[in-house]
Amino acid sequence: MSTDQTVDTAVDLGLEAAIEGSAPTHEELRGHQWLWIMRRSLGLTRTRIGLGIVVLMVAIALFGRFVAPHSPTEFVAAPNAGPSANALFGADALGRDVFSRWLYGGLTVLWLSTAATIVGIVLGTAVGLVAAYSRNWLDDVLMRGNDVLLSFPAIIFILLAVSAIGPKLWLLVITVGLTHAPRVARVMRGAGQEVVERDFIKAAEVVGEKRWRIVAGELLPNVTSPLLVEIGLRMTYSIGIVAAVSFLGFGLQPPTADWGLMINENRLSISIQPWAVFLPILAIGLLTVGTNLVTDGVARAAIGLDRGGKS
Amino acid sequence: MLGLVGESGSGKTTVGMALLGHVRRGGAVGGGSIRIDGRDLSALSQGDLRKLRGGTVSYIPQDPGTSLNPALRIGTQLTEILEAHATSMTAEQRTARLREALEEVALPSDDTFLKRYPHQLSGGQQQRVAIAMAFANRPRVIVCDEPTTGLDVTTQARVLETVRDLCRSHQVAALYVSHDLAVVAELADRVAVMYAGRIVESGPRERMFSAPRHPYTRRLLRAVPDIAGKRTVVGIPGHAALPGSRPEGCFFHPRCEFAQDDCRKAFPPVTDLGAAHQVRCYHIDQVAREAPPEGAGQADAHQIGANVVLAVQSLDAHYGSRHTLFDIDLEVHHNECLALVGESGSGKTTLARCVAGLHKDYTGKVRLGDDVLPGAARSRSNQARREIQYVFQNPYASLNPRRTVGQAIARQLTLFEAAGGRGEVGRKVSECLERVSLSSSAANRFPDQLSGGERQRVAIARALAADPKLLVCDEVTSALDVSVQAAIIELLGKLREQMGLSLLFITHDLALIRTIADRVIVMTDGRIVEQGTTEHIFTAPSAEYTRKLLANTPSIEVALGNVTAPAS
Repeated sequence: MSTDQTVDTAVDLGLEAAIEGSAPTHEELRGHQWLWIMRRSLGLTRTRIGLGIVVLMVAIALFGRFVAPHSPTEFVAAPNAGPSANALFGADALGRDVFSRWLYGGLTVLWLSTAATIVGIVLGTAVGLVAAYSRNWLDDVLMRGNDVLLSFPAIIFILLAVSAIGPKLWLLVITVGLTHAPRVARVMRGAGQEVVERDFIKAAEVVGEKRWRIVAGELLPNVTSPLLVEIGLRMTYSIGIVAAVSFLGFGLQPPTADWGLMINENRLSISIQPWAVFLPILAIGLLTVGTNLVTDGVARAAIGLDRGGKS
Repeated sequence: MLGLVGESGSGKTTVGMALLGHVRRGGAVGGGSIRIDGRDLSALSQGDLRKLRGGTVSYIPQDPGTSLNPALRIGTQLTEILEAHATSMTAEQRTARLREALEEVALPSDDTFLKRYPHQLSGGQQQRVAIAMAFANRPRVIVCDEPTTGLDVTTQARVLETVRDLCRSHQVAALYVSHDLAVVAELADRVAVMYAGRIVESGPRERMFSAPRHPYTRRLLRAVPDIAGKRTVVGIPGHAALPGSRPEGCFFHPRCEFAQDDCRKAFPPVTDLGAAHQVRCYHIDQVAREAPPEGAGQADAHQIGANVVLAVQSLDAHYGSRHTLFDIDLEVHHNECLALVGESGSGKTTLARCVAGLHKDYTGKVRLGDDVLPGAARSRSNQARREIQYVFQNPYASLNPRRTVGQAIARQLTLFEAAGGRGEVGRKVSECLERVSLSSSAANRFPDQLSGGERQRVAIARALAADPKLLVCDEVTSALDVSVQAAIIELLGKLREQMGLSLLFITHDLALIRTIADRVIVMTDGRIVEQGTTEHIFTAPSAEYTRKLLANTPSIEVALGNVTAPAS
């Protein structure tokens, strides 16, 4: 038997064994770990419930305006009127339909917090992974800069920026994103540090891969599980912060319908017309609970994945 | 002393644990009995078992660094063992025994030593403490689970000697579990070979090593390099059968050249060959008649070119504030395999990294052909990066788990060549895989779907995709089983012939060098202590250190008395 044949047999047998040993359904997902984690997390009840809530709330925010009985700025009843046939949940402090305003009011919360999350995640991941990869003065500069940002309480930082420049929506997106970024950066740096020490990073350095390619191509795909969890977590916080800023009057300006703003406008008449406050609170609460449940499920799926050693 | 030999996953540690009446989590003993001095372990209660362990049966673990409690002083840990078992002893007697136990393993027994913590000891000392603990209660049986795996050869030799002497002087039976055939050959009286959870052959040491009758034992022996002579190593085709996917009949038949229909039906019964030599194989007569398989390639004489591919000139390297390499000079010629050998901490990996551009904190020159290379890989020309390729020690870490084999190789191709179309790259990837004897379907696999040997082949294929002149191999086989190691060595030999490669082969394993290298450089403490042709180093070493290293390297041939130890 020649050497070549010997070795060839070895290979064929080996690959067969490998095929038998792994579940074929996951074959195509191995390179896309995030897809795999998502699929696993869907097996958990908490994720399903969370996802159901999120889908419902997003549907209301996106399509509610098309089924709203009235315009959000139309006066339909006496101020603080109770529920009637014309206004299902009564009228607000100015006599506008609470239900219609509620159906209109979710979109801004949703897109503002989504945009802010994207800004925070992209910025934070970039900073965190670059810091993890550089392992030198740059790491120190980035992380200390991070600490400076972290030392500001999020809401104070946002209010400061908004009161200086004005209640612009883009500013809200950027500032909320900026308050997330250092927290994301910290997590991603921690996850990246472990990966950076592995030999395949050195293998890429030896052949002269560009730095950004190592960070984006070698490092990033290996930190997807903490990244997924961060995305969910930051989304939850974003919703809360955006709603809070609107409530304080630094977000959308009247007469636009917005959940945060609605709570503020109607809080004085809460004892007469509780629906005008209760409905937006319920919406914001459900949305955060929903995203949080999904995040929790994803985190569990990712941990199980690490424990299972199927990295 | 019984040596239990097997490759990873063969179940040898599980057997060792069972002797202690211990089953690893998730496992259960299905049947059978274990008797020590006539007492059946399975009949004992947990409490009795606990008394038995450490008393009648004791254990020397693989890694003393993790088995000693880092928060307790050495003295406290030894006293604990004595208190648990020798309950009738007085405190003075215990202290006396404790000092005796330490003296037996040639450790200091004064109070300053007893007050030390494990982290203040070297790896060899920690293992001696573990041995002292194992012998402290004068056990009847000792289970040694690869106690020297993490140690350098010099330390290993001393630890092995200690174990052997103690077993003799105290009349202790020992089960020595190991994957290292040479160590077992030096130590054991009888040897048992395990494959996929079964003992396939057992017998007296001499017969097992000189006239093995099971095909697996025979092939295993052909896969082991030896310092006593230049020999070709031959890998075992196929894969070790893993629990859960074991074949019908004889577990070894898919890899066995003697396999017939009967092998596929039922596991062979025990055949007694006399002199306590037992085999489980249907075709022992045929095995005895035929000569063992011969390898081709790596031992053949080949033409070493006159031109120097790589030259390192007066290289000094630092690691932080530590000076790690001193005045290194070396040259690698065209189509030559230069081996760098040294124990851990000798600086051999740092040297390799300086060459590859991974460690830039050095002074001196690294020349590739006529060009002096800059320190960092990033500042080198694409040409220089292409010509020096690096293969890492651990194939489990050197491949990105999120990339398919094909993607990894294709990336290498596009980095160093004018990238062709998709079809072109795909064809070249298949070519690269075929070169390392992997089928082209491997391109769609992720690293975790491959075995260690296959991953290392992929790593080599990736390096070769750049069409290098010099391949730097950093302990490329140390994470692999012997049969896989042999296959990789075969492959490297073949590739060197075909592609006219030069190899800088870094290893701690002298026996491996004898098989593959043309010239050898011996390093210790960041200095070159000796260099010369392989024959010269092994037959007439001039440096004291080289002689010591050779004398301490275990060898099957020397242990059997077939040859005298080289240079001693």
